[in-house]
Amino acid sequence: MQIAVCIKRVPDMELRFSIAADHKSLDPAGLKYEMGDFDGYALEVGLQLTEKQGGEVVIVSVGPDGVQETLRKGLAMGAARAVQLKADEVPVDGWAIAQALAAELTGGGWDLILFGRMATDTAHGTVGPMTAELLGLPCVTAISQLDVTGSSGTARRDLEGASESVQFPLPAVLTIDEGIARPRLASLKGIMAAKKKPLEVKPAQLGRPNLVVERMELPADRPPGRIIGEGPDAVPELLRLLQTEAKVL
Amino acid sequence: MPPILAFAETRGGELRKVAFEAVTAARQAADASGSGEVHAVMIGAPGLAGRAEDLGRHGADLTLVVEHPGLERYSPEVFAATLAERVKTTGYRAAFFTASAQGRDLAPRVAARLGISMASDVTGFELQGDTVVAQHPAYTGKVNVTLRLTGSPAIISLRPGFVTPAEQPRGTRVETLAPAMDPTTARVMVTELSQRSTTKLDLGEASIIVSGGRGLRAAENFKLVEDLADAIGNAAVGATRAVTDDGWRPPTDQIGQTGRLVSPDLYIAVGISGAIQHLAGMRTAKTIVAINKDKDAPIFKVANYGIVGDLFEIVPRLTDEIKKTRRG
Ligand SMILES: Cc1cc2nc3c(=O)[nH]c(=O)nc-3n(C[C@H](O)[C@H](O)[C@H](O)COP(=O)(O)OP(=O)(O)OC[C@H]3O[C@@H](n4cnc5c(N)ncnc54)[C@H](O)[C@@H]3O)c2cc1C
Ligand SMILES: Nc1ncnc2c1ncn2[C@@H]1O[C@H](COP(=O)(O)O)[C@@H](O)[C@H]1O
Repeated sequence: MQIAVCIKRVPDMELRFSIAADHKSLDPAGLKYEMGDFDGYALEVGLQLTEKQGGEVVIVSVGPDGVQETLRKGLAMGAARAVQLKADEVPVDGWAIAQALAAELTGGGWDLILFGRMATDTAHGTVGPMTAELLGLPCVTAISQLDVTGSSGTARRDLEGASESVQFPLPAVLTIDEGIARPRLASLKGIMAAKKKPLEVKPAQLGRPNLVVERMELPADRPPGRIIGEGPDAVPELLRLLQTEAKVL
Repeated sequence: MPPILAFAETRGGELRKVAFEAVTAARQAADASGSGEVHAVMIGAPGLAGRAEDLGRHGADLTLVVEHPGLERYSPEVFAATLAERVKTTGYRAAFFTASAQGRDLAPRVAARLGISMASDVTGFELQGDTVVAQHPAYTGKVNVTLRLTGSPAIISLRPGFVTPAEQPRGTRVETLAPAMDPTTARVMVTELSQRSTTKLDLGEASIIVSGGRGLRAAENFKLVEDLADAIGNAAVGATRAVTDDGWRPPTDQIGQTGRLVSPDLYIAVGISGAIQHLAGMRTAKTIVAINKDKDAPIFKVANYGIVGDLFEIVPRLTDEIKKTRRG
């Protein structure tokens, strides 16, 4: 099986963010980066499939040279090779990114092209299905279970209060939700091997963005937390506050 | 102004609440920017047409009904092809979806078929000339982003729950629309839809959520959380990843960075430490209550009202007191 996994480098969400002076981007000082959460799940799914059924995983990322570090991490986890589609800035417009990915992936003989359900930074969830449409491939989004045999597969999609079983033929595009597989940690051997694996750099053929950031703001801080008491004796006071102060009960 | 299209999601032949949210948003946008019409679209198995009136009550001037025996369940390719064709031939100013599981799947496909960009999961928007300015919480809810989307039609998916369905009665016209492709020839087939429970409220629709963490110690103790939710009435039950990982609750109950994002009026966190990945999913709740035995647990930093102590004593007492006030 030939599997491509699209990986985005995103800021480490545990850090405190501040907004840059242009009010349109994050202040880069102090940012650390990592692989998007769902992209990690997608990579793990790809690795497990090739381990069972043969073939290899190729990882692709659109972004500045900093994405090479994220790609090396993917190589250390077990991907065979990596492609950086170089762009000094990654547009916020999913359609612009999908065009760069589709240009690279078209005609590549892939059995599966995997994406995260959404990027942890933009939280759009549009790049996967848009790339699928550009490639003319069947697509199933946000899957939490997967079974691939021969030239077809079945997947489960969780909906609000329900789930769907979905059948699809290969080749296909899938976007991966949490639940199928937790990303493995790279072994020392994997990290050493990754240094010698091929990482190709090409210019990204991004589309013209029609969705742009106008402004970024940090949400207002919540009022500082307040402990109203200890043990079950605090319950009547809690009820009183919920009824008369917060007015939610 | 050209009309605005609203996708009215159905499941099992019934309109979902998000359908009324999309139609309400379209009505409000049409009214705010002149006098355009609102066209609602429903897609499903034969028998849907009877639901058109409900869409009319929420402000649809025209309801387009796409019925086919092969469309009893969602069919991404047929839905996308039919909507893209309709948008192309009619010339809409905007097309509204909701960012439900189905809307998130469908809207980007429609945009791509039209060769245009879209704005996803928005919590506020304004049509301005040929652009749309839209709000979207990103970076796990830690940054509010204002986006500008240029071009027509503007494809937007609205975060579920952010629009309150409102009645603005119109005597809707009803037209049938043929699916743009034969559903039996679709490559992707939804072969089964399993509804977990028709009575339980969905996390995204509940105004009160009671959520449990590892502090509950075992699956059977979730009964405490469920009893509290029942006593309150109209409350949904959520969980942390620690809990869904251990199989105490289904994965779909998980709230947080890699689970559901919720903003209820009241969120009661029981035996939850408040890890940053959990906070990412509930930090926008209006009022947060925390019950935890560790006074230094990070959840207390965001809780409007915290009680320090043993949940096994506090939660049953809270359930009892609420029952009492409900009775009296
Ligand atoms: C990439 C990634 C994504 C993640 N995504 C999510 C996500 O979407 N959602 C999520 O929830 N987590 C997520 N996590 C996991 C998260 O980091 C935490 O591990 C998890 O939220 C902890 O769950 P918890 O609060 O139930 O358990 P714990 O952290 O173990 O907390 C249990 C709490 O219960 C209290 N307690 C124990 N006994 C009692 C008692 N008798 N009475 C009262 N209090 C008691 C303890 O004091 C403690 O604070 C993610 C992690 C990663 C790395
Ligand atoms: N710059 C990028 N490079 C590679 N893959 C990307 C990029 N941006 C998004 N993706 C992929 O598309 C998915 C959805 O992103 P989004 O639509 O932005 O939420 C991500 O989880 C990645 O798999």
